[in-house]
Amino acid sequence: MARGMVIIGAGECGGRAALALRDLGYDGPVTLVGDEPHLPYERPPLSKDAMVDDLPAIKAIASDEILAGKSIRHIHSVQAKAIDRAAHTVRLSDGSVLTYDKLLLATGSTPRRLPMPGLGARCVYLRTFADALAIRAHLRPGNRIAIVGGGFIGLELAAAARKLGAEVTVIEAQRRILMRGVPAEIAEVIHGAHVAEGVNILCGEGISAIDDNGSRVRITLAGGLEVSADLAVIGIGAVPVTGLAAEASLTIDNGIAVDAKLHTSDPDIFAAGDCCSFPLAVYGGRRVRLEAWRNAQEQGALAARNMLGAGESHAAVPWFWSDQYGLSLQIAGLSDEGHSVVRRDLGDGAFILFHLAGDGRLVAASGVGPGNAVARDIRLAEMLIGKRAMPSPDALGSQTVKLKSLLAA
Amino acid sequence: MSDWVEACDAGDIDEEDVMRFDHGGRTFAIYRSPDDDYFATDGLCTHEKVHLADGLVMDDIIECPKHNGRFNYKTGAARGAPVCVNLRTYPVKVDAGKVLIQIG
Repeated sequence: MARGMVIIGAGECGGRAALALRDLGYDGPVTLVGDEPHLPYERPPLSKDAMVDDLPAIKAIASDEILAGKSIRHIHSVQAKAIDRAAHTVRLSDGSVLTYDKLLLATGSTPRRLPMPGLGARCVYLRTFADALAIRAHLRPGNRIAIVGGGFIGLELAAAARKLGAEVTVIEAQRRILMRGVPAEIAEVIHGAHVAEGVNILCGEGISAIDDNGSRVRITLAGGLEVSADLAVIGIGAVPVTGLAAEASLTIDNGIAVDAKLHTSDPDIFAAGDCCSFPLAVYGGRRVRLEAWRNAQEQGALAARNMLGAGESHAAVPWFWSDQYGLSLQIAGLSDEGHSVVRRDLGDGAFILFHLAGDGRLVAASGVGPGNAVARDIRLAEMLIGKRAMPSPDALGSQTVKLKSLLAA
Repeated sequence: MSDWVEACDAGDIDEEDVMRFDHGGRTFAIYRSPDDDYFATDGLCTHEKVHLADGLVMDDIIECPKHNGRFNYKTGAARGAPVCVNLRTYPVKVDAGKVLIQIG
């Protein structure tokens, strides 16, 4: 009898993998283990809609009925404690033991902690629905919110907090916001939008001390400035959750190291999503780790196929998005692969930057604009990147040349 | 049931493209296929209510501009994560250069 498939981590990646196993016709036991009390749910709304909706609710990836209908056993509020690779078992925090034929680690990432003394009850992080509810309770007119870190999470939260009337200060240690992965020209547009909405952004400011007395926080900056707040939200990146894998002696390299087929160093154990680093085929096998919703989804589905023996390699182009106020930003590819930039204006202030490698190959595209103005062209750019196309810079820059026409070339 | 509504001129939409059409407080997406037929669906993606008219049309597929949910716009069938609910479709006809949709 089949021991079945066990998935550790019931987020986007694990949830999608469980569903995919059934969609692919697998009929053995499928067990999805998560440490939160909820159904698998989408995290992107946590820093966006869940912050401003009157009655925030989780956006479940699958209902109890769907999981039951597909005979997916969902064990919630439980942690995986140890893997016994020889016995093919996983021991859980409730004492139970699961056996597996194939195991998927979709353990995700966790907010990077600010390595400082002085943090208390009013210094919080955002990862889970419970975190989001706790933050939301502080977002109201007159309340002062300090956001440490000018990345996507911090800036989306800043936008939500302003929408609810809170006073917001963003503290960024780097010289500008969105240093990681977003070109300066686009970060400037986002910066401008926040300033126009009344957010106070302090860049190039390290933190020298934090004093949290449980009802307010005082943050002292290296330059001497003091920021007082009712709540500080720390959004300085995320680190992969690798403890379980490391204790099982799986190879760790900026996350659980997997090959292009998402195998860890144990052929019966796979890893996918935020927790793993993998070779990105589109850039010649450069090892990366992505913290992105679509990657979690795609790798969850790919892991399911390969757990069933498909032997498929990861081939997707990274894709990210962020919504702040009425602006949407989308990025296909990793812009640090580029050496030169071509700009295409789309009207209404929307524009796309195409990032070209030294040999003329399109390696990334980043766009920003109102609503979904850049979506279609970013999607087309993503396909061009995937095809390793070398479109002419003139065509990329010209509004009169349809990007779709370059796909056929 | 015979309430045909004029949505646009046939030439308003490029081949293999999509356009938004609002009528009576509702919003629709009108498609022109690569083989020059016209189709209509509800305008908003069944995943997060994003308008599909900003999305990309490739062959028979419309892809949501936000989260890449895919539908066959000819049948409304959802084509994989994150969308699982089909899109409602509407009858379309072209008459004297006008695209008409039947809003039931």
